[in-house]
Amino acid sequence: MSGAAVDVEVEALVVGAGPAGLGLATRLKARGVASVLVVDREADAGGNPRHCGHPPFGLREFGRVLTGPAYARRLAERAVRAGVALRLATNVVAIERAGEALVVTTAGDDGVRRIAARRLALATGVRETPRAARLVSGERPLGVLTTGALQAFVYLHGKAPFRYPLVVGTELVALSSLLTCRRIGAAPVAMVEERAGPQCFPPFMALPRLVGVPLHYGARVVDIAGSPRVRRATLAHADGSSSEIACDGVLFTGRFTPEASLARAAGLTMDLARGRPVLDAFGRSSDPRIFAACVLDRSVETAGWCWSRGRAIADHLAADLAGRLPPP
Amino acid sequence: MPLADVAIIGAGAVGCAMARRFALEGAKVLVLERGADLLSGASKANSAILHTGFDAPPGSLEQACVQAGYAEYMAIRGRLNLPVLETGAMVVAWTEAEQAALDGVEAQARANSVDDVRRLGPAEIRAREPHLGEGAREALLVPREHVIDPWSPFLAYLLQAKALGAEILFGAEVAAGRREEEHWRLETSRGRRRARVVINCAGLYGDVVDRRLLGESAFEIRPRKGQFVVFDKAAASLLRTIVLPVPTERTKGVVLCRTAFGNVLVGPTAEEQQDRDRAATDEAALKALIARAVEMLPALEGMPVTATYAGLRPATEEKGYRIAAMPDRSWITVGGVRSTGMTAALGIARHVYGLYERLGHSHAAVAEPECPPMPNLAEHLPRDWSAAGHGGVVCHCELVTKREIEQALAGPLPAGDFGGLRRRTRCAMGRCQGFHCLARLAVLTEGRFAAPLATPTEAP
Ligand SMILES: Cc1cc2nc3c(=O)[nH]c(=O)nc-3n(C[C@H](O)[C@H](O)[C@H](O)COP(=O)(O)OP(=O)(O)OC[C@H]3O[C@@H](n4cnc5c(N)ncnc54)[C@H](O)[C@@H]3O)c2cc1C
Ligand SMILES: Cc1cc2nc3c(=O)[nH]c(=O)nc-3n(C[C@H](O)[C@H](O)[C@H](O)COP(=O)(O)OP(=O)(O)OC[C@H]3O[C@@H](n4cnc5c(N)ncnc54)[C@H](O)[C@@H]3O)c2cc1C
Repeated sequence: MSGAAVDVEVEALVVGAGPAGLGLATRLKARGVASVLVVDREADAGGNPRHCGHPPFGLREFGRVLTGPAYARRLAERAVRAGVALRLATNVVAIERAGEALVVTTAGDDGVRRIAARRLALATGVRETPRAARLVSGERPLGVLTTGALQAFVYLHGKAPFRYPLVVGTELVALSSLLTCRRIGAAPVAMVEERAGPQCFPPFMALPRLVGVPLHYGARVVDIAGSPRVRRATLAHADGSSSEIACDGVLFTGRFTPEASLARAAGLTMDLARGRPVLDAFGRSSDPRIFAACVLDRSVETAGWCWSRGRAIADHLAADLAGRLPPP
Repeated sequence: MPLADVAIIGAGAVGCAMARRFALEGAKVLVLERGADLLSGASKANSAILHTGFDAPPGSLEQACVQAGYAEYMAIRGRLNLPVLETGAMVVAWTEAEQAALDGVEAQARANSVDDVRRLGPAEIRAREPHLGEGAREALLVPREHVIDPWSPFLAYLLQAKALGAEILFGAEVAAGRREEEHWRLETSRGRRRARVVINCAGLYGDVVDRRLLGESAFEIRPRKGQFVVFDKAAASLLRTIVLPVPTERTKGVVLCRTAFGNVLVGPTAEEQQDRDRAATDEAALKALIARAVEMLPALEGMPVTATYAGLRPATEEKGYRIAAMPDRSWITVGGVRSTGMTAALGIARHVYGLYERLGHSHAAVAEPECPPMPNLAEHLPRDWSAAGHGGVVCHCELVTKREIEQALAGPLPAGDFGGLRRRTRCAMGRCQGFHCLARLAVLTEGRFAAPLATPTEAP
């Protein structure tokens, strides 16, 4: 694999064309960085907002309210207009740090390629913690998924993964899932939260009531049963009792985690508690040529926050290329 | 109605190897599997260790079949493009008592002709596995104990059988049957079939099938569950060798090893249960496994979990295999293949063909059919994503391409359900568990599975 010749050399390579990566790359161009390439494994740029078919996106960036897909398109257009090169449908599979330049290996329909870069920015984003990593007990039937997958079913493909799911979690994304369910005529049977209260701004919790979804705090999913599809879930309640809920799906929402597999595989020093590389005040990792953006240090951030975080990192990265950043 | 020479009940590890062997020997083979795809029972979840048989009871049928199975796998794997991740294994003694037991383990290995074993002291253990936790007192190295892809071989065997003319029916549960003059008449959920000899390879239902068709069974299946935790691929660089505990009578114990797919796995537990189908994980057991793994390999602390799963061993009231031919009834039961069947399957198949010949049957053996090489899923060998023209990557975590998905849905034995597709390609088996690819997979598999990923929607 490392036999393939380096086919492009760039000043800055950005991995990930989500809000953070696009904000970062666009800003690098504004800062005068000669060649900026963004690589993303999806066929369309935009990251998670591509499949968030609901508003509000874009207030900070465009001064107006957009749906996720419209917002994603605009971010990409703006980047291209600024002179950013986009390489889509291309997975970054490895980062080599041995030599003078960083070399990134990519895989796409056109085969394996290698790109050399003076600086690398990881903007590989976030995803939700799936059922397996939560160690939730039970069988492994069809119908168990995360909100990101639900959105892709509904907004990208017009499909429904279930009709009457149990929704786990009360972060904002859980509320958005109630709206997404309505799109496909799915009727969540309940929403459960392990903790004693909601994980979002409490007044938002009017939504489940409005759409008629019963809400249980202090309740954990302790069993998922069914074959081939989910048939029921068992809840353990704070008072020690348990109850069964008939459902044909279980939606695990939120508990966002950084998509940090590249950083791990590249051997960057990791912050185990946060699940992302250790970064300094400028967003530099243990290899000072590699920066990382949007790192989820509080709970999940809005796309707009990630976008501006990307821009801040871009300023540091551009300064570094110009030799103006203090050594690590 | 056509008459098969043999009806093989069950397309688990054992049934698939059986179908291949009998087809190669020239028999007209019929495979009846109640699942929507092969490997729907015990064989869908195991530790994937290709055993040398070093710890099997010396002189037992199990020991002979494991060693014959191992040898045949090594002999044919090149032609079929089946991987081996060469790891070797270490039986590690962590306590004084375990250390005292190592002599016995070594003697047993030598009695089983596994002569290349050797003892490692603490310094050698450390040199081989620098990340291993403190307190490993001594180990027995078993150099040829390796890791394989636990699914592709059996698909390859069944494809070979099919290429030689075997009839393979999925969704065909054998519900009843009767011996008529010269043959068995089998009632299945896909209609009536006839065969001269029946080979019961029904795994977790071995006793049930015997009782249904013979009226009695020589054994009773006592499903024994094993749970596993799979760690992120980042863990794979922490470990080379399979780490085995000093075995006890009841189980091989909790193993820590790499997988062919580039992860690290810890498990299995050993839990008796009644249910033959429900392979559920449970949080407390998974947490205990993680804690055990961190004890053995402290650098696993904080390592993300990619997947959890459980498998059911077709154990019986006795430890050994329950393989018996009933000449007067033209019936062979291949039961109780508890915890070594993935390795032993090819050896069991040869042994059973011998029993079949002793029933007075013979055929003219045929040459191994030309089959296209199996798609490689092992991480240490080139995968499809590294070759151009694959139509793009669909599952990003496991780098599964569109071409791989399409191929798994086509050909002589297309995936019959989502589990089968996952086993054939690894799609949705990685760290995001479908966050990115599940919806796309629903589209690519539309109209393919009786249990679809997407349910019908109502217009808004
Ligand atoms: C279901 C859901 C609903 C949400 N709803 C809202 C909302 O209503 N409003 C809001 O403001 N925010 C919302 N968010 C949050 C918001 O989408 C994220 O915070 C934001 O997208 C993060 O931006 P990012 O650029 O850091 O990462 P992402 O958007 O995750 O983008 C990362 C990009 O990196 C690419 N990538 C990753 N690894 C590789 C690799 N190895 N090779 C190539 N490419 C790679 C990915 O394909 C992806 O395009 C939601 C998130 C989710 C998951
Ligand atoms: C936790 C665990 C770890 C293991 N680790 C290893 C290991 O590392 N190495 C190793 O070599 N082995 C290992 N094994 C053992 C191995 O997986 C088993 O020995 C093997 O899978 C048994 O296969 P089988 O074909 O006998 O049974 P099964 O796989 O159960 O096959 C029987 C088939 O028959 C079908 N069937 C049942 N009833 C009927 C009916 N009435 N009509 C039609 N079809 C029917 C079922 O659907 C099933 O597909 C492990 C097993 C477990 C559970």
